This record gives sequence, structure tokens and C-alpha cells, in this order.
Amino acid sequence: MTYLLAHGGIVAQRLGEHVVLVAIALAIALPIALPLGVLAARRPRLGAAILATTGALYTIPSLALLALLVVVLGIGPLSAIVALVVYAQLGLVRGVVAGLRGVDPALVEAARGLGLTARQTLLRVEFPVALPVVLGGVRLAAITLVALATVAGWIDAGGLGTLIFEGLAEHHTQPVVVGALAAAALAIAADAALRGAERWARR
Amino acid sequence: MAERRTGGARVELDGVGVQYPNGTLAVRDVTLAIDGGTFAVLLGPSGCGKSTLVRTINRMIEPTSGTVRIDGGDVRARDATLLRREIGYVIQAVGLFPHYTVAENVAVVPTLLGWDRARIARRVDELLGLVSLEPARYRARKPRELSGGEAQRVGVARALAAEPRVLLMDEPFAAVDAIVRRALQDEIARVHREIGTTIVFVTHDVDEALRLADRVVVMNAGRVVQTGQPAEILARPAGDFVRSLVGVDTETRRLVAERPLLS
Repeated sequence: MTYLLAHGGIVAQRLGEHVVLVAIALAIALPIALPLGVLAARRPRLGAAILATTGALYTIPSLALLALLVVVLGIGPLSAIVALVVYAQLGLVRGVVAGLRGVDPALVEAARGLGLTARQTLLRVEFPVALPVVLGGVRLAAITLVALATVAGWIDAGGLGTLIFEGLAEHHTQPVVVGALAAAALAIAADAALRGAERWARR
Repeated sequence: MAERRTGGARVELDGVGVQYPNGTLAVRDVTLAIDGGTFAVLLGPSGCGKSTLVRTINRMIEPTSGTVRIDGGDVRARDATLLRREIGYVIQAVGLFPHYTVAENVAVVPTLLGWDRARIARRVDELLGLVSLEPARYRARKPRELSGGEAQRVGVARALAAEPRVLLMDEPFAAVDAIVRRALQDEIARVHREIGTTIVFVTHDVDEALRLADRVVVMNAGRVVQTGQPAEILARPAGDFVRSLVGVDTETRRLVAERPLLS
């Protein structure tokens, strides 16, 4: 608490960096995951391959992936963001696939029969109906990224992880605890906000 | 009722066959002409190809042989999506869009066709009235707030929105209970009299076919086995299959059989 009072500014800065890291990663990850998810939902065999790949990528330990990325892209936020984009794919693609597969086939039949094109059917009927489930995937991805983004501190990419890693290096417990609690609180807040969005989409 | 008589288009099937990729022949060499304004009912057991056949008319299924013509024009000459906007389509599962209101559902095709908002609003109210749903009460409802019968009335209104000259109905009332089904049958018969569009209606329910049809088309195993007015089908069934299909002597069939043959 004394640490927080004395270093409130730096904690707020690290929190802000953390949010920006996660937001940028999600903003890049979503436009990748949407077409992948549509493709996976439309073609079962290709879909199985896509889901297996995103699942395999997800199992790579985060420190190992970061270490590899640093070799290629160097120290800093870029490597962290690339890693987060990769980890987000599993939740996002699964959400899109589950959402689209859950759409009642009668809706697609009716839409095509009324004279909507395949694209109009996707954008006006399938996506809106699938939206709550897709948002569920976004929520899982966001929570995962909030947790994973702490390791960005290890490669000098900012965020709450910086507090944790600096504290560990300097044998200071307080910044470690503050960083961890702030990351947890951020994850809970993201979860609550996106649950709200899901409820709104279901109305 | 402000609805004008749109008249119905003539629908011709000429040697139509549909073979599925797995080799199954769902429809075999069907030749059939349905005059404009006719209420035609395709009747047959499940799996006889009647749904497949009706879906060739709006190109939801492409025949592997033969030609489908509407008012003399080969449907293959038309873009399938644009063609479907001119053909009403009602399915058993209704398929109302759950995120749209009743009014927005009915407005789907007029919106695609770029009608202006005032015209769409007028048309929506007119159609809800046509299917006996009070516009002020139903316009803003979501599909989940409708009973099965109300949902299918909206389905019919949606299919009729852009004044199609052909209306395809694939087992539209099979999922509702008997009392509601009877009400919906009376409703569609009245709508047909009012707007005079050509209706191609698919059912496996003999009573429904006899009650609604100007012309019954009996199908079995992918072929048309008999066509005629209901009374003709009852009086002179062409062969054992039709006889056994319509043979049970229910009250409806006695009544229909007593109806004089129309000239």
C-alpha cells in the first residue's frame, strides 16, 4: 500500500501500457480470426486443421515463444504483441466457429430463399445471430491476453509485468504484489465488461 | 384491402430430373405445367422428391436435367439471387430472423429491392393485416414473442412482401397443431383468392392437399403419378399408389368427393 501511494504514477502508467498492449493485440487478432473462423465453420476438414493449429500454438509456453520472437523481432513491444496475437487466435477462432455452427440452418435456408446473397446472409443473419457466442470467444481471449501480457515485462515491452519482473530482480515484494493484483483486477474488469456486451448482444 | 391482384405466373417444369452427388435420383423426369394463379399442391410421402422439385423453381436446387420456366423464361437465364427476390418462399421451420422485429422480417425483400421507407412501412402493415395480425400489436415484436401459428403468418407475410407472382410453400403448416393448422389453411386459401398469385404448396397431408388445391400433383419415388382436381383424384385414382394414399374414407374426403367437378 505504501508502495502504491509512493509510486501511484508509475503503476498507472504500467497499467495503461498493459491495456494498450492487450487492446492492440486484440485489434490485430480479430480481423485475422474472423475470416479463419468463417472458413473453419464452412469447411469441416479445413476447420479441423485450423483449430488444431491454433490449439498447438496455444500450447507453446509463453516464455519460449517470446524468446523465439525476440531472436527474430528483437526486444520490445512488437515481439510481445505478435505473441499475444498468436495466443488470442484459439479463443477467437473457436468463438467464431461455435457461433456460426450454432446458427439454425433454417435461418440460412430462409435467407437464401428470400434472395440474400451468401455475403448478405453472413453479414446480416449469421454474424448477428452468432454474435453472443463470438463475444464469448473475445472475452476468453481478452482474459488470456491480460494474463499473458505480464510476461511482456520480461522483454522490456512495458505493462504490469515490468513491475513484477523489476520487483523480483530487486527483491522488492511490494511491486510484485501490486503488479499481480492490478493484472488480476484488470482481467476481472475485462471479463465483466465483455459479459455485459454478451448480454447486450443476446437481448 | 389495398392489395391489388398481382396475378400469378405460369410455372412449367419440362423433363426435370435431380440426381444428388451420391447418385440418388430424387426427381425423375417431371413434366408439369401450372397455370398462372393456380393453387397447386404437390402431395406425396416423405422422400418422394416433392420438396426437391419445388426447390428447383427458385434455384435453391439446380436440376441435373430438364428445364424450369416461369412465364416462359428459363430460370437459369436469371441470376439465382435476383430470381428468388421475385418468388415467395415459405419453409416449415419458418426461419424468421430472431434479431429482427416482425416488421423488419416482413421488410427483408422490399429492403433488398431498395424500396423507400414509407412504402415499406405501408406494405408491412398491409401484409400483417392480410395474414390477420393487427399491425399495431405485432409490428415491433421479436419472433421469440410469437406463437408457432403467428410466426408462420409472419413467414407468409414476409414471402409475399414484394408481390411475388409465384409463392413456394414447403410443408409450411406441418409443425403446428391441428387447430392452428386448420386456421392457417383457411388463411392461405383466402390470401390466394385475394391476391391470385400462383402457389406451389408441398405437403404429405392428404386432407390438406384436398382442402387447398385447385390442382393436386401426386408424387411417388421422384415421379408425378397423377395430376388433377381434388375430386378427380378421389373419384379416379390412377393406380394402387394413389388409391391407397387417398383411400381412407375421412369426412373431408367425402365432402370433397361430393364437390362438383369444376369445368
